[in-house]
Amino acid sequence: MADVAKPANGETLRDREHRSGRRVAWPTSRQMLALLAILALASCLVFMTVGVRGNWGFVLQLRAPKLLAMIVVGHAIALSTVTLQTLAGNRILAPSIMGFDSLYILIQTLMVFLAGTALAMAIDPIALFIAETAVMVLFALTLYGKLLGGATRDLHRLLLVGVILGVFFRSTASFLQRLLDPNAFLVLQDTFYASFNTVRSDLLLIAAVLIGIVTAIFWRLVPQFDVLSLGRDTATSLGVDSTRLTRISLGLIAVLVSVSVALVGPLTFFGLLVASLAVVLVGSRRHAETILAASLIAVICLVGGQTVLERVFQFDTALGIVIEFFGGIAFIAIILKRGFT
Amino acid sequence: MIEAAALTKLYGKARVVDEASLTLASPGVTAIIGPNGAGKSTLLSMIARLLPIDGGRALIDGLDVTRTRGDELAKRISILKQENGLMARLTARDLIGFGRFPHSKGRLTPTDYEKIEEALTFLDLLPFADRFLDEMSGGQRQRAFVAMVLAQDTRAILLDEPLNNLDMRHAVAMMRLMRRAADELGKIVVVVLHDINFACAYADRIIAMQGGRIVVDGPVEEVVSEETIEAVFGLPVMVRDVEGQRTCLFRA
Repeated sequence: MADVAKPANGETLRDREHRSGRRVAWPTSRQMLALLAILALASCLVFMTVGVRGNWGFVLQLRAPKLLAMIVVGHAIALSTVTLQTLAGNRILAPSIMGFDSLYILIQTLMVFLAGTALAMAIDPIALFIAETAVMVLFALTLYGKLLGGATRDLHRLLLVGVILGVFFRSTASFLQRLLDPNAFLVLQDTFYASFNTVRSDLLLIAAVLIGIVTAIFWRLVPQFDVLSLGRDTATSLGVDSTRLTRISLGLIAVLVSVSVALVGPLTFFGLLVASLAVVLVGSRRHAETILAASLIAVICLVGGQTVLERVFQFDTALGIVIEFFGGIAFIAIILKRGFT
Repeated sequence: MIEAAALTKLYGKARVVDEASLTLASPGVTAIIGPNGAGKSTLLSMIARLLPIDGGRALIDGLDVTRTRGDELAKRISILKQENGLMARLTARDLIGFGRFPHSKGRLTPTDYEKIEEALTFLDLLPFADRFLDEMSGGQRQRAFVAMVLAQDTRAILLDEPLNNLDMRHAVAMMRLMRRAADELGKIVVVVLHDINFACAYADRIIAMQGGRIVVDGPVEEVVSEETIEAVFGLPVMVRDVEGQRTCLFRA
């Protein structure tokens, strides 16, 4: 065949390495996942045990909720980002960039605003959280369903609409916050800034259960996500109902975002950072692997980062800022590298 | 079996496809020709449920495409469109494996692996099976996508301009393949073509569209005449039989 006559065209990375005599042993995706799992486990162990003095039982009880929160939030952000990227058909978006986080903050503010101070202080936080999550799912479906379900999913349009919606939600929320009674404002204040020190431990159990359910449902949908990454038309031809898949997934992503924002506050670029790293490390052929890798990387970043900040630098509040700094740089790097195509 | 009855597509007030009806029951290659904007791709997309239908119905083996489950239809009809926005970096074998999705739902069985090998062999892709698609030439990549459609193993196959970006040699190879798929595997193949001569040489039946309507539908000899082609394309042409092959040339 004539095609064989031009080897440079079809040369694989392995061929190239072979030819240059430089064999870089890039691990298989399974090995990479195992490595990430070990690192994640190690960071959890170190986080739980380093610098413990005195009563172990007390210290472990103090640290365990924080650890659980970081695992839950890391996994929620990773899962929501990887799946949203496939739905949107590109690897530059993330729920937070599309304005999901701001939408949740607006809903939180609106609930407290409408309920009034007395009720906001008295209402059971778990009930409030469930109500907020339900409203969030509803709004996400109506607002983003059309945008992502349509035939044209132009990246520029998605990005622009996302940014505009995000700014709109955030400014409306901060306007409402100014009108709030100072006491009611106190109820909300913790949730506006990402912090792993003021984790909402009252919501931790329900959050963990919700994340478990959402993960189980996504796990069943993973083969369909693999097909969807071939493009919407091809996926339809192969029997995937992409409209239904988009609808279900948007609802689930809304739950994931609610959980992560409610627990620690909004993190704009973290999802993008872990999803991009996961694609680099294990590729994007199988969503099961990409999602698992992204979650493990998220746990390593959060737990490892928190340990280092707490134990080495003695800072207590900066993890969110550090993550946003590196995530933001990654976002700019991806956009510059891809030239927006 | 593909049946379309008065299929209509509206974009605003424009009738992009206007009450198009056709029936394809037996194995063979059917070419759809017509000028740009005649509604050829739109018609195929509606039959394959990629676009909502604004009027009329499309049935595959008697099943209404708008009401039947997607995975049920995917065992009966497949479509290959021109642009394929891939998000994942895949090898040819990975891609062709996706063709088995309607049958195995992502868990490949030994039968699926056999079908994948068959499709690879049928399209002469075995030497490139484990190459990544972005490391292949345009012709190889196009063949990999056709192989995926063949692996899907549906009786009806719709191809939207499969000869785009192919040189003459690869275009002929592709059309021969369509012919073999119809003759040896008993497929109902429908192709949108821009080059009438490819339709003449390889199709059993030609459907000519213009302004959203099906204007002629019949065997090659009947459709490809100077009067008909001039009417469809609005261009004076010469139709000759060259060594037994019906040929259509534009007048310079």
